Amino acid sequence: MSILPAGNQSPKEWDEAREQRSEDREQIFKMSETTTEIPEREKLSKKAITADHPTWCPGCGDFAVLASFYKVLEKRNLDHEKIVTLAGIGCSSRFPYFVNGHGAHFIHGRAVPLASGISLARPDLNVFLFGGDGDGFSIGGNHLNHGARKNVNLVYFIMDNFVYGLTKKQTSPTSPIGFKSKTDPTGAIDMPVNPMKQLISAGATFIARTHATQVKHMMEMIERAFDHQGFSVIECLSECVEFFPDVFDPADPRKGGSFELIQEKKWDNTPEDELRHDVTDELAAYKLAQLPFPGVFGVFYQNDRPTKNALEKKWIETSREKTGNASDLELLQKTFDRMK
Amino acid sequence: MGDPVNPDVTAMQKSAIADEPASPTATAAPQSERADLRPENIQDAVIRLAGNSQDGIQTAGAFLARLAGRSDQDVMTYMTIPATISGGPSIFQVRIGSGEVLSAGDEADFLVAFYQHSYQDHLDFLKEGGVLLYDSDNVEPNLDDKRFVYVGVPITGLTVEALGGTAKDKGKNIFVLGLITKIFGLDVEKLKRIITEKFAGKDESIVNTALMAFQAGYAYPVGKVLTHQYQFEKFEKKPGARDQITMDGNTALAFGLIAAGVRYGAGYPITPWSSVMEVLRTQLPKYGGIFVQAEDELGAVSLALGFSFSGYLAVTGSAGPGISLKSEAIGWASMAEMPLIICNIQRGGPSTGLPTNVEQSDLHQAIFGSHGDSPRVVLAAATVEDCFYIAIEAARIARKYSTPVFILSDTSLATRIEAFDEPDLSKLMVDPKPDLSPRQTHVPYKLDQITQHVPPGTRILDGKYPLLSGLEHDEMGHPTGSPKLHMAMTAKRRNKLRKLAEEIPVPEVYGDQEGDTLLVGWGSTYGPIHDAVKMGREHGEKIGALHLRHVHPLPNGLEKIFAGFKRIVTVEMNDQGVYGFGQLATILRARYCEPKIESVTKTDGLTYRVKEILQGVFPGKFVSVRGYSPNRPVSGNGEQDVDLARRESITQGVG
Repeated sequence: MSILPAGNQSPKEWDEAREQRSEDREQIFKMSETTTEIPEREKLSKKAITADHPTWCPGCGDFAVLASFYKVLEKRNLDHEKIVTLAGIGCSSRFPYFVNGHGAHFIHGRAVPLASGISLARPDLNVFLFGGDGDGFSIGGNHLNHGARKNVNLVYFIMDNFVYGLTKKQTSPTSPIGFKSKTDPTGAIDMPVNPMKQLISAGATFIARTHATQVKHMMEMIERAFDHQGFSVIECLSECVEFFPDVFDPADPRKGGSFELIQEKKWDNTPEDELRHDVTDELAAYKLAQLPFPGVFGVFYQNDRPTKNALEKKWIETSREKTGNASDLELLQKTFDRMK
Repeated sequence: MGDPVNPDVTAMQKSAIADEPASPTATAAPQSERADLRPENIQDAVIRLAGNSQDGIQTAGAFLARLAGRSDQDVMTYMTIPATISGGPSIFQVRIGSGEVLSAGDEADFLVAFYQHSYQDHLDFLKEGGVLLYDSDNVEPNLDDKRFVYVGVPITGLTVEALGGTAKDKGKNIFVLGLITKIFGLDVEKLKRIITEKFAGKDESIVNTALMAFQAGYAYPVGKVLTHQYQFEKFEKKPGARDQITMDGNTALAFGLIAAGVRYGAGYPITPWSSVMEVLRTQLPKYGGIFVQAEDELGAVSLALGFSFSGYLAVTGSAGPGISLKSEAIGWASMAEMPLIICNIQRGGPSTGLPTNVEQSDLHQAIFGSHGDSPRVVLAAATVEDCFYIAIEAARIARKYSTPVFILSDTSLATRIEAFDEPDLSKLMVDPKPDLSPRQTHVPYKLDQITQHVPPGTRILDGKYPLLSGLEHDEMGHPTGSPKLHMAMTAKRRNKLRKLAEEIPVPEVYGDQEGDTLLVGWGSTYGPIHDAVKMGREHGEKIGALHLRHVHPLPNGLEKIFAGFKRIVTVEMNDQGVYGFGQLATILRARYCEPKIESVTKTDGLTYRVKEILQGVFPGKFVSVRGYSPNRPVSGNGEQDVDLARRESITQGVG
């Protein structure tokens, strides 16, 4: 019989079966065995990083995000075991199941602090975080603000579809006024969150906006976010074909609408450059964020403020130095000696 | 047996009563320092300092505690802090003993009253024949009450005189420390060293001022009004015995975590948990770790889970309100089988409740507090020393069983200072480095194994990487709606706790191994319960005590102990609940279907006094403790006291 019987034994039956289990006792604590035979690394392929087939509805904008993400991983040829994908709850938050790599599917709204813990403890890892507008701006709003303020080093991809999809059409924090949902049958009345404005004022150090239909642009944004040291957020407008189709109607690029890109400064001293956007200018970024829907796309803001990772590391180094790089045992013994 | 028993009288008290039929008072005719004054040997003394929180009585009390620890005496302290931001009445009680000291003492031998309200509020806690030392500048005691010895000293005036006019009220605590040092014949040099160490690194004038105040108190001719000096019996240190260290429970817990190899954690400030995170925030960087002050409780537990996921077992903690907020994420830890240590430094609840009082009302929250069937382990620290060791045990279990583990402590353990044998760190320190060596294959949720996660960064050569999920999952961590898998996985998560129960040692019974009454306790009631057993046995009761450190799962084999007693009585600081049983008693009754299990509970927000336990366990047998109003709710029967409760009003500040 199995060591940990799956059936519903009563405590009494459990106790009676104890003897039979005894010979296998240590076996159940055996972790998967480590190995020393390590084959040479192959180039990271799309096949290697593909996991379950996505459960998204056909036509969902999130497919494009997944495809772009695969492509960036392939292009950058990251070490497979150092890719970590994380998410909270929502349609888009199913993301980690579709990427074969270390990952976790966490609880609603709390993926930012989870990812922060991993990023702070393990600077060797590449931490990618995925979520939707409800997860990021509503239930996880506080964490988004503080993750941004603390400037933890990670990439956060927010797939914004302006609606709660997994729970089947309720108003989301980014739903426009007038949007008819199951919770606002006569149209949404609350002013929606402006993601860009919120991220700028919260202190995120890389803020970009892209669109699910613009794979090339999306890849560029992912790569730039990845290269940035700090809290990098990409808002990707991603259509929910089921519950909020045609949300981008006035400017749906697929329907000939405009996909207006931010023209970044090239610092070439030309008169045209005067009119271009300086990504380090917070006020200018704020002004861009004010533009009426669907607004502009590209990098709104970027800043090289030191990351929490770097600041904590510096504190550790100073503290270790002060102790004369003593061993853990010596350190604690010294502390206890002072308490005598 | 059976007769009402009077509160026992210590040697110190007897002598005070015998020698002083007429109490000398502050107004007694001054005598010169008497040459024939011999210090009298005592084993045990309870000193209560009563003043306001800004008077620094905690500092003075802590000096006494540290001195006792350095003199290899056992020491236990008890303090109350008002929840107001600054100011308000406050006490610090030190019990110093040459033998084993388990509880802070029901009554004080020696009361220091700084103000009239301190005198009025605490005189009831002074033993008959005990000494009232009061600030004659602020207190006018009723000298006609001949039960006590009165020693009036113009503490405020003399402190100002000694330190100069700018001193105002500062320094009174150290002045009093000098007085106490003189009366109890304490080691002056050691104390001066402790004072100097405490203020080391600050302005030299602060050290000098403190020493001046101390000297002034010590030099005061207290012998003019007090005919006794006391001296603690010399304690012979056993050969090979370890040095004693002195600290409070929260500090012990924090250093226990460090010894256990915990290098990462996150928290949010809340009384009385904050000091654990303060210690960890400042200490962990020295060990190469990080403690994050998170934006909220939900962020804190999530950060800690991130740390654990990354391969470093992490800690989070709070008091009850914060644990409520963390509950959802703790359920995730249970589901994803992620190791995590959660400290709950309990206070009075529900809601914001009594932020600075003690209660053990979060046991059920710890065991059950999340939606769904979410098994986790719950441990409870019994003493300040145990706060250190329980952290090591929690970390061991969390790692071995890949599970969330609760450590329950409470306000009284958190704030009180005890001296205990220095732990042998060379045998205890755990190396926290995660093992990132490559694996051929890895299945995180194998049904017939205890889950052990591999941290990210570990190469898995067959190319199939694990996913940790809060959704019900298959063995690889991918979501499934299969009814069979949900049954099997639920059983797997539960069975690892049954497995753990098999290896937990059965705790030893203290006192009678079988007999009439078995007291069962958990957490900080350890001391008073053991003292109650001692006192009960002295008065002929057949009584024993069982103290549980592993509260959930319970160790196997308790039923054999229970069989040897006629009554099983849990002693708990929580409500008797709708069905009439304390929280542990409820669990024990469910587990053992044993009708002889009952409970003594109370909800006054104060620690148990020894006689209170005996009164609760043996109603009517042990007379009421003097100064302890019979109207005060004992055994949780708050409803009898509606009128009394309406009249009582004690300032209670913000949380």
